[in-house]
Amino acid sequence: MRAIVTVIGHDRTGIIAEISMLLFKAGVNILDINQTVMQEFFTMTMLVDTKDATISFEELSKRLADKGEEMKLNIRIQREDIFNAMHRI
Amino acid sequence: MLTLTDILQTIEMIDRQHLDIRTITMGISLCDCADESSKKAAKKIYDKITRCAENLVSTGEAIEREYGIPIVNKRIAVTPMAIVAASCKDGDITDYAFALDNAAKECGVNFIGGYSALVHKGMTEADKRLIESIPQVLSQTNLVCSSVNVATTKAGINMDAVALMGSVIKKTAELTADRDSLGCAKLVVFANAVEDNPFMAGAFHGVGEPECVINVGVSGPGVVKAALQECKGKSFDVVAETIKKTAFRITRMGQLVAMEASQRLNVPFGVVDLSLAPTPARGDSVAEILEEIGVEYAGAHGTTAALAMLNDAVKKGGVMASSHVGGLSGAFIPVSEDEGMIRAAKAGALTIDKLEAMTCVCSVGLDMIAVPGDTPASTLAAIIADEAAIGVINNKTTAVRIIPAVGKKVGDIIELGGLLGSAPIMPVNSYSSERFAARGGRIPAPMHSLKN
Repeated sequence: MRAIVTVIGHDRTGIIAEISMLLFKAGVNILDINQTVMQEFFTMTMLVDTKDATISFEELSKRLADKGEEMKLNIRIQREDIFNAMHRI
Repeated sequence: MLTLTDILQTIEMIDRQHLDIRTITMGISLCDCADESSKKAAKKIYDKITRCAENLVSTGEAIEREYGIPIVNKRIAVTPMAIVAASCKDGDITDYAFALDNAAKECGVNFIGGYSALVHKGMTEADKRLIESIPQVLSQTNLVCSSVNVATTKAGINMDAVALMGSVIKKTAELTADRDSLGCAKLVVFANAVEDNPFMAGAFHGVGEPECVINVGVSGPGVVKAALQECKGKSFDVVAETIKKTAFRITRMGQLVAMEASQRLNVPFGVVDLSLAPTPARGDSVAEILEEIGVEYAGAHGTTAALAMLNDAVKKGGVMASSHVGGLSGAFIPVSEDEGMIRAAKAGALTIDKLEAMTCVCSVGLDMIAVPGDTPASTLAAIIADEAAIGVINNKTTAVRIIPAVGKKVGDIIELGGLLGSAPIMPVNSYSSERFAARGGRIPAPMHSLKN
């Protein structure tokens, strides 16, 4: 299953490193990364594949949210379908 | 490939503009639960509902987590109870209501709809018993919602039922006087009721529906308003186009969730209801869309035209986004549930008369309107008849959900809590409709009902 990880917050060092590590440990493959800084806000979206994940989607979602709290960032994961439904015909 | 802008736009809609799936409603047929014994029927009802809807709430929550979209309500709609209770020869019809309430609690849903009767042409014995029990049921249960259909374009208006409903609403208000007459918020009187409406309080599972079905109601007034903020000073052509595009996006989300829920629960997908349903949260208001279009307050001259365009554009945008559109599908204008409507009513910009005009061009009717507690039953009946006439003549659904708040007068506020919000008491026309309501009988079906 493909999903989108979104990270929004103040820029700092190690954001990509920490999140990539978390995903790697969970067996989640990163397919694409898109990142920019908009009005001082660091914004990153990652397209990931969770088919070989070693933990449930729910657990992954929780770990990312916890990591977000720790790093003072808004981190979430959502299935890709919701974005496709809204923006693609 | 999705762009960063697409992804952030969706997230912004959810986080800042209150985009949500308003409800996943499971319709369940209870026709097979009829029994001569009310106790036996009640047991069958409880068992069937808790079996069919066992995983409804947990499935809804799982979808919320995976897609990151809030699903505000999970609800159940059942066969109009007067039909199920028709064969009951003994006991108390309220047994059926308590079975519904208990089953809803067990399943963890927010509301259960279908303590209903369809009496547009006449009342059966069971219809009459059910209608007379509504005040007691709504005062003694928590989650049960009730609706009565008193008119259709095909059958005309059952004025005996209209008069009876005036008294039933009055009595419901009295029995729940200690809770700001909350019972009335769970009671809708319809004309041209639809069989697959997922929204409360008027949801029921029609007799033409399958055994079990999933209907989804979307929302998103905040998203439409935010989109229109980008169109300041532009022509109505641009406004209509913008609303259509936004409605398309909102509805696609509803369709996705509906299909996913249907598949996971192994229950057929019924319809997506394309309604713009407000909540009392700031920025989640249909009235604010109207203000954004250009009226100072909802209710100012121009409101009806703006609402007509909004309603039409939502349908045009939404209809291509869903494989089956149904339910009420239109903008809702409940006063107590919409922050902008409350503000407009308090300012005196929005009156019942203007709301009545607005119901000619949108779904659904005079909704969540609080009126003085001393409003006579005959006046309530006359309000229902006026609204039913609009529905019957215009071939659309209309409804009345009105709260004659006991002990309250114009200028007071009642607090209903949660999504039901708070309502300023609005004045009603003080001249009598007593002789009108007392006539009874039926107002014949209009000429244009004869289509064959």
